Amino acid sequence: MIPRYQVVIFVVLLVASLAMSAELWHLRDRAHKRLLESENTAPTQAPEVTPPEPATLEAASDADSSITPRVFELPLPRSPGARARAVLGKLLDLYAAPGSRHPVPGGAGSVSQVFLLPAAPTAASAPVGGLKTGSPEGATDSGDELAVVNLTGAFVAGHPSGIETETLTVLSICATLNANQPRITKVRFLVDGKPRATLAGHVDLTRTYLAGEAAPAVASGQP
Amino acid sequence: MRWAKWWLGRIARIAAAVLPAALGLFVMAQAPAPERFIVVLDAGHGGDDPAGRLEDKSGKVTDEKVCTLALSERLRSLLAARGMAVVTTRAGDIAVSPDRRAEIAGQAKAQACLSLHATMSGTGVHLYTSSLAPASAGSLSSPTPWKTAQASWVEQSLKLAGVLDSALVHAGIPVIVGRTALPDIDSMACPAVALEVAPLAAADHGQENSPTDPDYQARVAEALAAALVEWRAEARKQ
Repeated sequence: MIPRYQVVIFVVLLVASLAMSAELWHLRDRAHKRLLESENTAPTQAPEVTPPEPATLEAASDADSSITPRVFELPLPRSPGARARAVLGKLLDLYAAPGSRHPVPGGAGSVSQVFLLPAAPTAASAPVGGLKTGSPEGATDSGDELAVVNLTGAFVAGHPSGIETETLTVLSICATLNANQPRITKVRFLVDGKPRATLAGHVDLTRTYLAGEAAPAVASGQP
Repeated sequence: MRWAKWWLGRIARIAAAVLPAALGLFVMAQAPAPERFIVVLDAGHGGDDPAGRLEDKSGKVTDEKVCTLALSERLRSLLAARGMAVVTTRAGDIAVSPDRRAEIAGQAKAQACLSLHATMSGTGVHLYTSSLAPASAGSLSSPTPWKTAQASWVEQSLKLAGVLDSALVHAGIPVIVGRTALPDIDSMACPAVALEVAPLAAADHGQENSPTDPDYQARVAEALAAALVEWRAEARKQ
């Protein structure tokens, strides 16, 4: 015969263990839900599709050494740096396309990044033809920006060699940036994040170019 | 008495013949000697820097450094034949840094410097001067930065480019004139022009000419020599 006090203790322990099991089950569910929430990488907002807007590409032509504006409708990001990169990507896509008037392989992926920094005021003695020799960096209240264009090594390695073709590439990049973001008044170039002496053996890439004054060559009188 | 008169007459005749010549020699010795006209020919690239690759009609590929050296040698002969002193930055397949090229041009105190290049893009001859803003002539009180030494010579370089342009067009070669940032010429302290020979399109000459074509090079060199003769004449007028 089981004593009465033992029966009471058994029942109490059974009820306690069932209650603890239920609480444990509840805690496990809560922990599982928290874990799933922390691993959820889905965007909280649906991606915004920007409507196409006009973008001016200053496209170069080797035949007559000219740079002419061409307007395209492009969906452009809102961030100024990403916007500049997207516009340059389209310009380099034009150059890489078959039948290009300024054939340069590489395409949109040739621009790794475009960084925008406050630009120093332009000195009165700034050189013409899109070139400045002074130190470019330094904050200013003018609102002018210096664009640092980081090109890929593959683009530079594949660029045709020649004074004219290299000059046109540099000037058309500068002019395109300025045409779409007039606050960009100066442009510097990096290749794979480092300064490089020349683009493809000729044109200087260590200088700061004045984006708004980029002027291509002109054809002389025909014979 | 007759002998004395005869001797006096002879002495007078000899004096009349010799004195003007002696006077002429004296005047020539006093006048300043005409300044020697010096041209620097800077054949681009060289050594381990072949630069562009140029293809001729037969498909043969030549490095740009070979083409520029050939043009430099051809032009050197023509200029020497016209009485000009010619200094070359390289006479063989050696690497010469842009600084060394500028140093050679500066030491030569040249009246003209041509930096020679070649390409397969575009057509005709491309003439480029430095895109540095013109600066006033350098003085001892304001030393010129090495990297922008050409700034003091930009106006002269533009005039030289104009003379070269006229001569090339006169020779039936299309010309593109522009300004660029080229380390080779930005440090040169003399009138300097970068000259890039591109193929001559069919419409311009009846057939396609590669920059490596000897006949095309000769034509370009003749036009350049004529231009430099004119440039020398202008320099002597000033």
